This record gives sequence, C-alpha cells and structure tokens, in this order.
Amino acid sequence: MSEFDIEKIGLKVGLEIHQQLDTHKKLFCNCKPVENTEFTGKFTRKLRAAKSELGKIDPAALFESSKSKTMVYYENQNSCCLVEKDDEPPHDLETKAKETALLISSALDSKIFSEIHVMRKTVIDGSNTSGFQRTMLVAQGGSIVVDEKQVGVQSICLEEDAAKLIKDEDGHRFFSLDRLGVPLVEIALEPVTGSPAFVRKIALSLGRLLRVTKKVARGIGTIRQDVNVSIDGGGVVEIKGVQQLEQLEKIIEYEAKRQYGLKLISKKINSLIKENIDGDNDIFEISNLLEQCNSEIIKQSLQNKNVIKAIRVKNLAGVFGFEPFPGIRLGKEIGQLVRFFGIGGIFHSDELPNYGIESKEIQYVRKNLELEKDDAFLIITGKEPAIDHAINSIIKRIKDAKNGPIAETRAATPKNETVFLRPRPGASRMYPETDIPTIKISDNELENAKLMIPKSWDESISQIQNKYKINEQLSEQIFDSEYFDLFEKICGSKKSSPSFVASVLCSTITNLQRNSFDASLLKDNEILDTFDLLNDNKISKESIEIIFKQIMSGDAVSVSEAIQNASIKSLTEEELNKILDVIIQDHLDEIKRDGMHSIRSLMGLAMKQVRGQASGNLVNNLLSEKIKKL
Amino acid sequence: MADLKGYKGKSLDFLNENDIGIGDSVKIIADLAYTGILMPRYETSEDSHIVLKLKSGYNIGIELEEIEKIEKISSSEKTVVKENTKQTNPDLPKVLLLSTGGTIASTVDYRTGAVTPALTASDLNDAVPEIANIANVDAQVLFSEYSENLQPEHWIETAKKLKDLVDSDYKGIVIAHGTDTMHYSSAFLSFALSGFPIPVVLVGSQRSSDRPSSDAAVNLLAAIRFVVKIKTKGVFIVMHHNDTDDTVACHLGTRVRKNHTSKRSAFETIGNNPAFVINNDKIMNNLEKEFFTKKEFEPKLKIDTKVALVKYHPGYDPKQIENLIESGYKAIIFEGTGLGHVGKTMYNSIKKANESGLFLGMTSQCIDGRVRMTVYESGRDLMDLGIIPLNDIIPEVALVKTMWALGISENIDDVKKLMLENIASEFTE
Ligand SMILES: [Zn+2]
Repeated sequence: MSEFDIEKIGLKVGLEIHQQLDTHKKLFCNCKPVENTEFTGKFTRKLRAAKSELGKIDPAALFESSKSKTMVYYENQNSCCLVEKDDEPPHDLETKAKETALLISSALDSKIFSEIHVMRKTVIDGSNTSGFQRTMLVAQGGSIVVDEKQVGVQSICLEEDAAKLIKDEDGHRFFSLDRLGVPLVEIALEPVTGSPAFVRKIALSLGRLLRVTKKVARGIGTIRQDVNVSIDGGGVVEIKGVQQLEQLEKIIEYEAKRQYGLKLISKKINSLIKENIDGDNDIFEISNLLEQCNSEIIKQSLQNKNVIKAIRVKNLAGVFGFEPFPGIRLGKEIGQLVRFFGIGGIFHSDELPNYGIESKEIQYVRKNLELEKDDAFLIITGKEPAIDHAINSIIKRIKDAKNGPIAETRAATPKNETVFLRPRPGASRMYPETDIPTIKISDNELENAKLMIPKSWDESISQIQNKYKINEQLSEQIFDSEYFDLFEKICGSKKSSPSFVASVLCSTITNLQRNSFDASLLKDNEILDTFDLLNDNKISKESIEIIFKQIMSGDAVSVSEAIQNASIKSLTEEELNKILDVIIQDHLDEIKRDGMHSIRSLMGLAMKQVRGQASGNLVNNLLSEKIKKL
Repeated sequence: MADLKGYKGKSLDFLNENDIGIGDSVKIIADLAYTGILMPRYETSEDSHIVLKLKSGYNIGIELEEIEKIEKISSSEKTVVKENTKQTNPDLPKVLLLSTGGTIASTVDYRTGAVTPALTASDLNDAVPEIANIANVDAQVLFSEYSENLQPEHWIETAKKLKDLVDSDYKGIVIAHGTDTMHYSSAFLSFALSGFPIPVVLVGSQRSSDRPSSDAAVNLLAAIRFVVKIKTKGVFIVMHHNDTDDTVACHLGTRVRKNHTSKRSAFETIGNNPAFVINNDKIMNNLEKEFFTKKEFEPKLKIDTKVALVKYHPGYDPKQIENLIESGYKAIIFEGTGLGHVGKTMYNSIKKANESGLFLGMTSQCIDGRVRMTVYESGRDLMDLGIIPLNDIIPEVALVKTMWALGISENIDDVKKLMLENIASEFTE
C-alpha cells in the first residue's frame, strides 16, 4: 500500500454553490416555482449536439449525444408552460431574480457588469428540454472572509435550474419539468489550499451569507454544492451533486486519494513505456474465439447478437489491476467510463482468469492478438456503434492515464465516493441566447443592491435571539435549518413557545431523519397543522413526534390519518383525573412512606398510560395537588 | 481595416485606434483584468460597450470608460473548414434538397441579434448524417431569406426550378422553407405545377437548428423518408405532429395553416386529419383521393398580384373597397363572418366593385368549415351583388389561387370558372 498524506499532494479545492432564489416566478416565464409529484401530461424528445458560436462542438455535448438517449418529460400545468416545453421563446428576465443576484454580488463585493449577455450553456443529457441551460455572468471578483482568510470569488452567475431526473433506463431518461427554469444563483469561489474541514467552513459561511438575504429559497434541495478538486500536476475534476455539508469533507478526501492514486498509476506506466500510446491498430473482433466460453456475460452477449472486441495494450501488463489504494485502479476507471455507453461487459487481463473466462480462452485471445508476456488486453462486449464509441474513449483514457489525473466531471455517490459522469465541458458549450436582448444594469440598480446588503450573520443571529428569546446556539441552528421560514410562520401566531418550536424543527425532525425516517415526506403544511392542533390543546406536545414518525415513515399521508393510526386523542381533565385517582389509590402505601418524593415513580406510571394524550406538565401538576390533599 | 461587425460610434473608434478586430484574443485592464476574444456586437446596441467572450465561454459587455488598457494577444484564427467528403450509395434513391432559408438552416445574426438563415443546404446535410442512410441528397441553395421576405417572385422562381426538374431522376424534392409563409408557397406550387410527377415537400422548423432541441432534423428526416417511400404526386408540408419527437405530420399543401406562433406542432390540416403521419419508418396514409385533379403535368407559372384579402369586421370602412377599385385591383377575397357575410354598409361598395369587373370571392374567418351563402338573406343579397362563395377553401389559399388564376386569364368568367374548379385538393369534397 502506498503512503498518502493529504497535506503534501498540493490539494486545491474550489467550491461552487448553486442556490435557488425565492421568487414567485421562474426565471424566464410566469410559472410558479412549485414542486409537483403528479403529472398531467408527457412527451418525448431527442437532442443532438449543435455547433457553438465559434463553430465547434463541445466535447461533453458530443459525448452525451453519442449515447443517443430518448428523453421522456412529465409536465404539470401548475408548474409548466410552453417555455419549459421549449415550444415558446423565453419571456423577459424575472426582475426579482435579477435584483437578488445583484444584491448577492454586492454583498460579496463582486464587480457587476453593466451589460449582461444571456448565454445558452449546452447540456444535452436531457435535463433541459432545449438542450441548453440559460445562464448569465453577472459579476466577477470579490471575496468572502472565512477564519480571517480571504477566499476569492471567481464568478457569480444567474441561471435556470434543470429538470428533475426521475429515472434512467434502457436508453430512456425520464424527467419532471417542475424544477426546470427556477432561478438559481451560481457562485464559484477561487480554489483554496487547506484542509477539507476549512472548505466545509467556507461552504457554511457562504450558505449563511445567502440565507441572511432572506431572498433565497429554503428547504430540501434548494442549495447544492459542486467542488472542483485538483492535486499537483493533475487536471481539475469537477464533482457534482454534493447534497449535504457533512458529505463534503469525505468526498474531498476520497477524491484527493483517487487523484493521487492515479498519479502513482501514471508513474508506473511511465516506468514501463517511454513512447506515447498509439492504439490505432490494436482493436480486434474476437466474437468467434469465445463461442465456447462459459462466462455468463459472454454467453448472454452472444445470444443478444452483441459483438465482442479486444483491445491490445502493449507493455502494460499489471497496470489495470494495480491498486495503490483500496478500490483505486485504472481498471475500475475504465469500467465506469464504458457504463455510460450502456456497456456493462468489460474485462482486463489483470483480473483474468475469472468471471467464467478460463485460461484456455485467454490463450486464444493472447495468441490472436500476438501478445508478448508483458502486454495487457481488454475484452469488451456490446452493440455497435456504442461499442466503438466506448473503445475510442477507453483508448483515450489509457493514453491520458500516462499523464496522471485528468480533468473530467464526476458525480458524488451516497457512499461518499465519486464516479465518472462526463468529460469536462469547454468554452464551446456556450452560445448566445438569441431570443433575449442584452440586459443593461443601471447605476440606480447598482445603488439599490448596495443599499439592500443584509446585516451580517452575527447581527441576524442576535436579532433572532432577541425577537424569539432563544439562545444563540438554537438561533443558529434554526437559521441554518431548512425550516426557518416555517419557524417564523409558526411563531408568528404567538401561541407556541419559540424555543419549543425551534427544538422540534431542529432536533426532533433531525433525530427521526438519523433513524432513517424520510424528512422529504413531511410537508410544511403538515407541520403547521400539527402545531395548530397543539395550540388548540387537541394534542399534547408528546404527540408531535408520533405524528411526524407516522408521516415520515409513509404510514400516514396527513396529520389526521397519523392521529387516527396512532390513536392519539386528548384526554379531558375529567378522564385524566379518573386515571390518576386509580393510580394513587393503588399506591397509597408508597405515598405515605415517601411523601412528595413518590411523585417521580407515580409520574412514570401515569405517563405510561396517558403518553400522547395529556401533557407531562399537566399530569405532574395534578399529581402533586392530589398528593398534597391526601 | 479589421472586421468590426455591429460596432459603431465610440466603440468602433476605440477598436480601430487599438487595431483590434473581431476574433482577436485580447487582454483588458479595467477594475479587473480580463482575457478573451472580441465578439461581434448586435447592430441595434449602443456604442459604449464592447463584447468579450471569456475563457469560460460567457460573453460580457465591458464599458469603454472603464477600460484602462487593451492589448492584442493574438489575431483571430481563421479556422479551416474541413470539406466533408460525402459518400454516396448508388443503391439509394436520389432526392433534391432546395434551401430557401428560414430557421431550418440558421445561425446567429449580429445585425439583429436574432437567428438568421445562413447555413447552406449542404451544411444541413452534414448536420444530419442519418440522411445518408435514406437517400443520396443533392443540396442546393435557392435563396437565403426569412419566410416573411419571400414574395410571389420567389414562388415563381421556385416553381421554375422545379419545372426544369420534371424529367430528372430525383424521387422527390424537399424544400427547406421558413414556416411563417410556408403555406402560401405550398399553395402556389400546388396550382402552378398541377400534375407534377414526383412529390414536392416543404419542410421547416419551429426551433432553429442552432439548438440541440431543434425540430429541424426530425422534420427533415421525415420529409426525406416520405418522398423516398411514397409515390403520391402532390405538394405537401411536413412538420411536427404533436409535442413528441416521434411523429411528424404530412399535410396537403392547399389545406394547411400555421395555427400557433411557436409550438412545434403549429401546422394543422384544416377540417381533416393530416394526409399522412410519419412515424420513423412507418407512414400512415389517410389520403382518399389524388392530390391533383388532372393527371398530366400542366405548368402555369404566371401570376397577377393585384388581389386583396379583406377581413371584414364591425366598423369596416367601405371606402377601403373603393380605394382598392381605384388602385386597379382585379379581385377581392373576403374573409367574411360565419357562413360568409359582410355588413349591409358594404353593399354599395361591393356593387361598385362588381360593376368595375373585379372578381369577388367569399371565404370565412372561421377558418374551419364551409361558406353557405344561401342560408340567410344577407348571404343571398351578397350573391346577387356578384360575390362568389368559395366553399371551404382557406382564405390565404383563395388569395394565392386568385393571383394564379388572374395570371392565366383576365377574363372574369374564366377566373370564376378556375376559382370553382378543384385543382389541387383546395376544396374538401
Ligand atoms: Zn413556464
């Protein structure tokens, strides 16, 4: 195993935050930014790569295009019009979204352009019906201070959010259109050296700066962070879809190790060969060589009339299976790469014999490819032309491996690893949005943005502390949480105690989440309903967790159903008195012996019977009165 | 002098002084430093900014006043366009693709900032490589115009081009055309080339071909498949059938209309199903009779444009009809209300028009359905005044047909006869 010290590899990390804005309209149409899970229609489309303004086709676009998937879009009239369907030109830019973008830029002391050009950023994985995301560079430069260090701002863009991927199977991708076109601010920070923990702190600080504006959307999925990770001598890898801050550190650590591993692999390759890898005459069709093969994958492949091809790789025996760190191998990188062409069947010589491919067949292949002892090979099965695209990208990947980690776009996985997504897009992915004229930013708008710069985080927190009379820690927790808007709404009625509401929203729900209950099932209006019932004394405080559990487990779809399921009802004082009197009668001896001290054990007994139907406070008061009267 | 498309006034002077042209890589020092490529500017824009494409691909406008220093790093690279060696398969049928412009072949226009027809038909051929598996397509550029700029002389030029191809070995002819006036052109070709021996298909796109979601490729592929597979003579329009990319409709060139400003499925056959529905390799045929009434090819390419299309509405000033008579108009097609009516206030002027020898035809602004002028008294009155009801012909098609009929004969009786004859399925029977 190789040595790995994250401090000594020249790690650089750049953060990119995508924050949805809180507007009543989408960026370029009048649709409301609401979430829909039911749909009123669907349609299918195909996308093909188009040339950029400079006459080039973007590599990432070409890559996606080569997969030639069919896109299926689901729409709901509440959140989708002809603009989302790419059947009508965009309307004017949403003013509120523009104002917020200017405000955020001012808060970061970023230089705002007086003339903004809307661009089309080619994205043909289907997540935009048009095949591009509308985006505009609003400002550049500026900084945010974290731990007394200045972290530079690279760029601030205002753009449209993408459609939501529902599923991806058999050459079809399914999307819902509700999120498409929701205004989003993208803030890219300068790469920093330093620990992953520092990067996490930067993300938190930037997130807080956005939240104090009170003009950004709150709630699950409204903020997403990408990270750009590189090490000395390697390309920049963009990692998409880091959902939570907790994940961020682990992902950076994994990616740093993966890149350093690739550097070690490149050293090994360079020790084996001097010249560049050519690969032009190294592709062989070998379907007939493996006709008798016992491998399930090969057998099935031949049955489905797929072709089997082999790639000869001179002098690189041992390189594909070389594992500088657990799970980091060139063989794995290639496996991930071909999966994106819909190809699952790939084997390299370092892992054979295995998977039902026996020595006998390996001998055939080696002989057919005229291999020497030190040569490696790969076997790949799939349909034409996908297999040829895949082989081209494998050969390119092997060539690139000689130079260490390459620039590419990867996705974060739930296991906190990263997996290949697509090549890194270049400048050719940008094309001017000809449907929208240039946008002027007036001096007046710049002034207004400056005037509206919100208070600092500390000021905002002390304001919350004062307003709701809750401590600093809880104030920070609730302000960071996805439920802050809801908190203000619930406390606005002045019936509930803010500290209780905050602790339910911050701790109760988070605890349930940690125990694998699904917070996305619990909607804001259900939380509101629950607090209403509490304020009307229809349920007890203890019932709240029971109701949330019912909903977050999917057992109930409404508060009333949850109450029914858990048979929660509130006892009248009369009913409660009856129960308590019985308990006291049964434990008279104990009470006589321990006096007021007996209340603790009696409380326990009483709450066992009435939990969720009467509040602990009330039970405690009644019990102590009754004991005193004895 | 460097090429400085779209720049004027202060910004033009500034760039000339610094000897910088479009496509040059430059470094600019303002309150921040920028490097990028100088881009053209929309002609309608003001003159105090220059447009820079940054490395990230974003374009930004930089105010001249803020620029402290501008420096040329390198001159624009002239990219050498590699000529695609087109492979032809002798077993495949031949198809001619004529380009007239429109969004099916377009690119950014820095004069207006909007998309403009600029790509050649052969670019299109390169952009949709699947075509090579269906047919050997010869591509020719006829004109490069937005469809709103196409005039009757363009119709005639197109018809002449087709007429000369009557004995060619093409299986069919596909015409790339802007969508706005496509059904006027298809109507004219239908009348002018009655009996043309091979299918003629007009095709366009509602989303320009510079975007990945363009319907250009889908429509074009369907059009080429159609002319290769179907031997039916006729002039057709091939465009998206619905929201979805799989099905494309083929409409009769005289029974079709653009009924939506922006949707892919904007084109609809009026009062019937589309003649054909093309779903990849499958073509469903709804056609009940031949498109042309006459079997023989009888080209008649002359035209007289002194025809007005008058949409009657409450408050219409009858004086306008008299103006038309005075201006030498030879025919008026009315878009009447309902079954084919105009208000009583119009009677006198209409009478004058009739007496002056104008051909007067009635269609309906309802678009769908027939005119029946015998149902109400007012309709009968109008017929007495010389108005000829034109059944269920689409108003725009009636206009084109009248221009064409006047091109054949100035004699009002001949015109009346031609106008009531079903030449190219313009009436539903
Ligand atoms: Zn919309």
